[in-house]
Amino acid sequence: MCLGIPGKIVSITTNGLAAVDFDGIKREVSLMLCPEAEIGDYVLVHVGFALRRLEPEDAQETLRLFREIEESYREETPGAG
Amino acid sequence: MRKHPGLAEARLAPLLLKEITGFAGLSDQPLRLMEVCGTHTVAIFRSGIKSLLPSAIELLSGPGCPVCVTPTAEIDQAITLARQKDVILATFGDLMRVPGSSSTLQQERAQGRTIRVILSPLDALQLAAEHPDHVVCLFAVGFETTSPTIAAAVTEAGSQGLTNLYLLSSQRTIPPAIRALLANGMAQIDGFILPGHVSVIIGQAPYRFIAEEFGIPGVITGFEPLDILEGIYMLLKQKKEGRAAIEIQYRRAVAAEGNERARAIMAEVFAPVDANWRGLGMIPASGLALREAFSYLDAARHFALPYIEQGDAPGCLCGAVLQGIRRPPECPLFGTQCTPEEPIGACMVSTEGSCAAYYKYGGRP
Repeated sequence: MCLGIPGKIVSITTNGLAAVDFDGIKREVSLMLCPEAEIGDYVLVHVGFALRRLEPEDAQETLRLFREIEESYREETPGAG
Repeated sequence: MRKHPGLAEARLAPLLLKEITGFAGLSDQPLRLMEVCGTHTVAIFRSGIKSLLPSAIELLSGPGCPVCVTPTAEIDQAITLARQKDVILATFGDLMRVPGSSSTLQQERAQGRTIRVILSPLDALQLAAEHPDHVVCLFAVGFETTSPTIAAAVTEAGSQGLTNLYLLSSQRTIPPAIRALLANGMAQIDGFILPGHVSVIIGQAPYRFIAEEFGIPGVITGFEPLDILEGIYMLLKQKKEGRAAIEIQYRRAVAAEGNERARAIMAEVFAPVDANWRGLGMIPASGLALREAFSYLDAARHFALPYIEQGDAPGCLCGAVLQGIRRPPECPLFGTQCTPEEPIGACMVSTEGSCAAYYKYGGRP
């Protein structure tokens, strides 16, 4: 039941509602719980409410994980792999 | 927005699995990891992660499906409400088929009661505005992901001046349930895959007791297959390093401090109350009741709804399944008398219930 779906804010009306684009399907979403969201932001939406602005996805994050795993190899299993 | 570039994902998954397998090999006994959230349960089954993991890692489903933990007595209350004259009951679709003691909301609707499935609590407000000659009752279940939206709808109903809307609150909060699970000590748990979207609201702090008091690591995890693998990797890494901390894997959505505004609206409207969980029993301060200032909206009070406790159906192991003590196929009813088409226990009704997931994705007897 705790599904959250990311969508992109296309427009914002004055009464705290936003039009959010979910991969081509547009829905009205309340910004009451996330008033800082702006047009162009990706938000996590649950039962018609934006819960949070999503951080732009960083390839950095994935790279960090790669590096971490690589380093653990170098430290612990020299020559292996 | 792509979460991970496809190529990196394809390379990272086998790497993570290799690491996980390596970590698991270091442990001399099986590692039991509990995913608390029903959305994780479904994601784990659907992605096939369970079958990819080494046999030394066992994944357990916890009490994180709101529909599954709603006791029969509260379904009965909703049914009683739906039978009142001029009442429109508004509820999330997941609840329609959950058995009460003698009926379901779906059966009630077939018999002519007005029950509307809503996608957002704001839909209940719209129903109330469109039907001034009826009373709209919102039957609200859910955890901290959903509760701020219910609270927001309550305050919005006030500002719209709606006088024909009531709330039947059957909401629960997650940390007290985890505490109850650990305090009774029946399920052996080595790590928690913590719910991503509940944590968007509550942040990291409410879980600290898991690590600090019980010495068990937890990782707040997202819902993509790669998120889950990384969450498991982070848990095992903590085990290997002999640490227990609450960490965040799902950083693109979860801030350590959570959503303070959402929590403030929740706290303005609701107060914690002791609540009954199917399978877990009464858990202190684990439910949400309307505060005095909003109690005029309380459907249970307005309609003087009785609360009659009911036991689980004979033979049903939902309670033990929800605590990670038994696995669904160990239930004598599983797949025979109890199926998704004709469910007996709530864990088979909800698509996020662990029995329904086992049934759909394998593990039939």
